[in-house]
Amino acid sequence: MTSPGATVTADPVAAHDAGEALRVEGITLHLGGRTVLDDVSFQVGAGEFTGLIGPNGAGKTTLFRVILGLQQPTSGSVRVGGGGRSGRDVGYVPQKFLLDPDMPLRGRDLIALGLDGHRLGIPLPSRTRRARVQEMVEAVDAQAFADERVGRLSGGEQQRILIAHALISRPQLLLLDEPLANLDLRSAQEVVGLLARIAAEQRIAVLISAHEMNPLLPVMDRVVYLAAGHAASGTAEEVVRSDVLSRLYGHHVDVLRVHGRVLVVAGTGHDEHAPLDDPGDASAPVEIV
Amino acid sequence: MHADLAAIIAPGFFSSSSVQLALVVGALVAIVAGTVGVFTVIRGQSFAGEALGDIGASGGSSAYLVGIAPLWGFVGISVAAAAVMELIGIQRARGRDLATGIVLGAGFGLAALFLYLGSTSSSTTGATVTILFGSIFQLDTSTLPLVAVFGAIALATILVIYRPLLLVSVSPELGAARRLPVRLIGSLYLLAMALAVALSAVTIGAILSTALLVGPAATALQLTRRPGRAILCAALVGIGVMWIGILLAYDSYSWPHHGWPVSFFVVTLVLIAYIASRVIPAPARKRRG
Amino acid sequence: MFSGFMVNAWIVATVVAVVGGAVGFFVVLRGSAFVAHAIPNGSFAGAAAASLIGINTLIGLGVFALGSALGIGLLGRRGRHDVATALTLVFALGLGALFLSFTVEYAPEIYSLLFGEVLGISDNQLGPTIALAAVCLAALALLYRPLLLSSALPDSAHAHGISPYTAELAFLVLVALATTMTVPVVGTALIFSLMIGPPAAARAFTTRPLTAIALSIVIAVGVAWAAVALSYQTNWPVGFYVGVISAGSYAAGRIWTYARSRRPAARGVTQAVSQTA
Repeated sequence: MTSPGATVTADPVAAHDAGEALRVEGITLHLGGRTVLDDVSFQVGAGEFTGLIGPNGAGKTTLFRVILGLQQPTSGSVRVGGGGRSGRDVGYVPQKFLLDPDMPLRGRDLIALGLDGHRLGIPLPSRTRRARVQEMVEAVDAQAFADERVGRLSGGEQQRILIAHALISRPQLLLLDEPLANLDLRSAQEVVGLLARIAAEQRIAVLISAHEMNPLLPVMDRVVYLAAGHAASGTAEEVVRSDVLSRLYGHHVDVLRVHGRVLVVAGTGHDEHAPLDDPGDASAPVEIV
Repeated sequence: MHADLAAIIAPGFFSSSSVQLALVVGALVAIVAGTVGVFTVIRGQSFAGEALGDIGASGGSSAYLVGIAPLWGFVGISVAAAAVMELIGIQRARGRDLATGIVLGAGFGLAALFLYLGSTSSSTTGATVTILFGSIFQLDTSTLPLVAVFGAIALATILVIYRPLLLVSVSPELGAARRLPVRLIGSLYLLAMALAVALSAVTIGAILSTALLVGPAATALQLTRRPGRAILCAALVGIGVMWIGILLAYDSYSWPHHGWPVSFFVVTLVLIAYIASRVIPAPARKRRG
Repeated sequence: MFSGFMVNAWIVATVVAVVGGAVGFFVVLRGSAFVAHAIPNGSFAGAAAASLIGINTLIGLGVFALGSALGIGLLGRRGRHDVATALTLVFALGLGALFLSFTVEYAPEIYSLLFGEVLGISDNQLGPTIALAAVCLAALALLYRPLLLSSALPDSAHAHGISPYTAELAFLVLVALATTMTVPVVGTALIFSLMIGPPAAARAFTTRPLTAIALSIVIAVGVAWAAVALSYQTNWPVGFYVGVISAGSYAAGRIWTYARSRRPAARGVTQAVSQTA
């Protein structure tokens, strides 16, 4: 149940100077007769903000589990940071979490667990730990509610606590699974802004999964688009195009740009090459991802 | 052949009046418990059923104290406890197990007190065994009509709310969306469960009563997903388990340590049936996604 | 009531309460009231078997508590946790009834096993009881952080290398260990009340985990002492007092929580929005 006993490196600059935070090569995963991931490859550089975009069920959470080492791929490799892979090099904010409102745990305590929650024994009071926790609380702007019962906070507040919890071990890579899914637009923008700032200031690579890419467009350095188990990576201009996405999905998909926002429109594709304004396509179900 | 049958069924089995009564009462109770129990398992309320049984012990023991038949005590307290649990909000998921446990503890503590008082006021020390572990061979013939009436009430309740209960048990949100009185249905169901548990307590004892409620139903639900069939299957399994248990207990009079408790056999057979249904894939067994 | 044979009762009651209150913190945290109820009742069969064969009750309790814990863990691995718990529990109880039916002193034996017996602690039970308690508390201290993390954020804990199944198994074994030595005096039927009432009350009064454990222990010791004293005075069973007073402590905690939620929000910036299901 314990992780290797090495303490967190005392020289964060050296760790973050490694050029790559994450390298995923040829990840293929067969599960229950289905090919969930098919030859997925991409890299995330240090301090880069990358969006893992794809429709629901495309395999984003599964890919995260592979990266975290919780799921063994059928083939392929994952490398985090300069080499090797340890739990503490990757910070993780899961999609679903249920925090009991009666639980006697402050936000501050939860954040502290991100630092040493895997260690055996009872934590002795330590000034350095308290300082680190306070540093994190300030980094995510949670001073107002860090001493409240964490289960009583709003969804957005809990999420910020969880981000601090993931960041406190100074990972090279921060994974967030659908952090924007249940937030209103304003909160989503706040979180995105916060994450972009953290990525830039602390040179932490951020990989966010989302099925709606528009809130991320202003800050994304790269996009990894995942559909039907296939992935394409690059800048938004390179990847989010009709031809690229159609190849991924395996059927015709249109990409529309409206007022700076992107819309991906898919048909059932019985006629893969039908032009956009073909009236025959009007009867096909429209899936806006 | 005749000799083999005599070996399995000890002589005098069918002619014994207490055995006949046990078989009839046992079958009736099995039908009621199996029917109600299917919903208990679907709703995940095994703990509540267990709690009602243990609390019912205080009813049985207080009835003993006062000098009336334990069945009245079982029924009275179970129904009252169900009402209390409903008031505390046992149906809401959050904190319900905790509240159930607390009520169980208080109720069972009361049972301890009544059993103690009963043992000091009268010379009978058999109350503990009878109330807690049942004594189906010592039933009074007057029990039969009572069992029939209470059983009929429980079954009628289930019958009346059958379809809404099914919907609400599988998905409370859907039920609420359809403007079904979710809370009322839940309360009526708790009432039926209280009666089923009380009747079960008469046969195999208060603290073992859950076996008859949950075991055959859980077994049935492993074999079929259709509620109607599950109810039928649960009733049949329950009757089978009861009758075989009664038979074995009767036979055991000639075994070493003569006279093993019926409740022991019933509970063991129930567990065997459940494990068998989990391990042996039945042809009609549907796989859950 | 503080002399002679009662000394043992006080010592064991204190030990029982300390362990129960500490382990109970995690029982309440994980919402595992049913499991905390099931494992001690499972150990009932072990005590009955031990008295039948004539070996030390602690061994019987321990073996069956562990067996129940593992049975629940294995049977209940994929959903349907409550059915597995229920059936394991009643089977163990039925087995216990069987074993006891083989002995001569059926009824009184069942009674004291289930509901506790203030006078039932012999001198040679003291040593093993205290030793077991020390082991249990040491294990708890060791597992404190990983278990806390896994209970609050199972996914994050998993990413740190703590699988939820391992955590659940460790928790079950911890409860089994706690059960083994806590059963005398209080009884199998109601020991779990000590593991849920006081911790549930404690967490209403503080927001910090370590404080909650300490408070839980204090309240549990209070409950146990009151139960022993009252039982001694009235001759009524200890289990009765434990069950009822624990319920009282739980109620006190709930009332406090309710009263606090009626006060206007203390925070200046954001309103307290509770995450009710």
